[in-house]
Amino acid sequence: MSRGRLLGVADKEVRSILRDPRSLGVALLLPLVLLILYGYAINFDVKGLRLALYDPDPSEASRDLVASLTRTGYFRVVAALPRSAEAERVLERREAQLVLILPAGFAADLAAGRPVSVQTLIDGADSLTASVALSYLEAMIQDWWVRRAQAEWARGQPPVLIEPKVRIWYNQELSTTDFIIPGLLVVILMMLAALLTSQTIVRERELGTIEGLVVSPITAGELMVGKLLPYVGIALADVALIAGAGHLIFGVPLRGSPGLFVLLTFIYLIAALSAGLLISVSTQTQQAAYLIALVSTLLPTMLLTGFVFPLSSMPWVLRALVQLHPATHFMVIARGMMLKGATLAVLWPRALALTGLALALLVGSIRRFRKTL
Amino acid sequence: MKGPSAIQVEGLTKRFGDFVAVDGVSFQVEKGEVFGLLGPNGAGKSTIIRMLCGILGPTAGGGTVAGYDVVRSPERVRERIGYMSQRFSLYLDLTAAENLEFYGGIYGVPPARLRERKTWAIEMAGLAEQQHRLTGELSAGWRQRLALGCALLHEPEVVFLDEPTAGVDPISRRQFWSVIYDLAAIGVTCLVTTHYMDEAERCDRAGLVFGGKLIALDSPEGLKGDPRVGAILEVECDPPAQAVEALRGVEGIRYARLHGAQVHVSLMGREDAEQRVARALEARGLRLLRAAPVRPSLEDVFVSLIREAEHAGAGGAA
Repeated sequence: MSRGRLLGVADKEVRSILRDPRSLGVALLLPLVLLILYGYAINFDVKGLRLALYDPDPSEASRDLVASLTRTGYFRVVAALPRSAEAERVLERREAQLVLILPAGFAADLAAGRPVSVQTLIDGADSLTASVALSYLEAMIQDWWVRRAQAEWARGQPPVLIEPKVRIWYNQELSTTDFIIPGLLVVILMMLAALLTSQTIVRERELGTIEGLVVSPITAGELMVGKLLPYVGIALADVALIAGAGHLIFGVPLRGSPGLFVLLTFIYLIAALSAGLLISVSTQTQQAAYLIALVSTLLPTMLLTGFVFPLSSMPWVLRALVQLHPATHFMVIARGMMLKGATLAVLWPRALALTGLALALLVGSIRRFRKTL
Repeated sequence: MKGPSAIQVEGLTKRFGDFVAVDGVSFQVEKGEVFGLLGPNGAGKSTIIRMLCGILGPTAGGGTVAGYDVVRSPERVRERIGYMSQRFSLYLDLTAAENLEFYGGIYGVPPARLRERKTWAIEMAGLAEQQHRLTGELSAGWRQRLALGCALLHEPEVVFLDEPTAGVDPISRRQFWSVIYDLAAIGVTCLVTTHYMDEAERCDRAGLVFGGKLIALDSPEGLKGDPRVGAILEVECDPPAQAVEALRGVEGIRYARLHGAQVHVSLMGREDAEQRVARALEARGLRLLRAAPVRPSLEDVFVSLIREAEHAGAGGAA
């Protein structure tokens, strides 16, 4: 590997990039726009759910329960139903998203220590909202009951009391933003890096400048690495922008070691940029390369690497396959380091897999280039 | 390791599937020689050059360039050759000077030497005032000379020029050839492909490629004496374009074609051919001003040999 030849390629690539400030601007701004757009849009937090109430036997106890539900802001009562049969109507017209049906004699049963059952009907058409709403509602009723029981116990009436102790670590508010932003970093970098390099070789092929390269003594390795270097710079700038914006706008922290984070991000970028190169040496037109890079990085990265859908719910074949995707490993690394302050002691298998994949992709693109001479 | 000739080609063959692009081509080019490859588009000239540059593997046969085997050590070959492709292969978004620097870089020319060579190339291409303009803004002639400069920066022993003057104005072409002669004078071997006959005349030797085969190889004068080329009758007639029409398909005439203001008629036998020409023209009411046998031009050789090769090919197939 000759340093002079490698730097010659890198130098030329930098000049070409700087001559095209519009593309450079897109490369630097697009990630920010995507981050802000998706950061706000992909949000599974549910607030202000429309609740209809059927309370045939209003009491101090039932009013207290409803008040504790609405106080948090997660629910607001939109209707008090005269009959329980009305429930179907309000759900159907989407006037309410859920209906809480209290039994007759709610307060009396509670006071007597008899089992009380509270029925909830939920519009399951939006299953995501429904399951979130359901878990909120269950937790809040439970919480209300526990507090009430404690108060009674204090007054000297010992009830049978089971208090479930559920604690949430790391993302105490279970905020989806904290969960989404590191994932977005992974997805956006993959797509952007692959798009950047996907054009490099195929453009030379389209313009005919590739001939000048292949008859020169430059080796495939020198050419590929030389092409890669300038884009590593651009992509690292994007990392700084995304991580900075994630912190400033969405308040997502970086709890792990910044040095390690930069190193692992660098390895991930090599993998993503090499994937773009591999696409670039395998295609004949810039358009095809662009489309393949977009489709092959964006969809699998969003859907299969644990960005939104957990790997644990996938069939084992798919779960095994996505281990070959660099983003699967970097997803764990990025979330672990940003939210939990994870160290190499925990992350080393992921770091190792990521490094292996990055090398494989880079070597693959070099090999593939030689073949097409 | 070192072969005696600058280029030595033996039985070079390239097949793409069923299509035979290059078919058993053999020739030698001596050091400092200007060697031309002539032939219509698609004849296989570029494929030959690509195989000699080591960027395309031959199906059979092989050769040496600057003493190195093009199949076994293509990287050694690449260090010693300059190549100017048929397609324009410079970066339009770089300036002329930056293109030179880039090619100097990827050929590993040391920085101090590169400065000298860059100055030389800019002067040779007449680009002193244009060197900081983007290549995309330069005219075709300038671009081609810049491409030549890029191909020569690392002082190659052998230079391959694939249709270097295609689409270039006559003055630029003349300048181009004067650079080629300068190179030959200092011992650089030049292999040039062209379909301009006047350029073929400038070569020390020229090979005619047709259908992937090398069908003739000699000095321009030697080619004109090729026994396969029949007698040529130069006819002055008014108007000449209609004469070509009138003579088409006449018995005893291989072909008639415009040659400047005259018509060159290739005759199959000598005896009554002139009378046949006269009669055919009269029948169309065209005035024959003058008819005289002439020595064939290179274009006559070119057309005759290709006709013959086509006939041989058709005969072989039948």
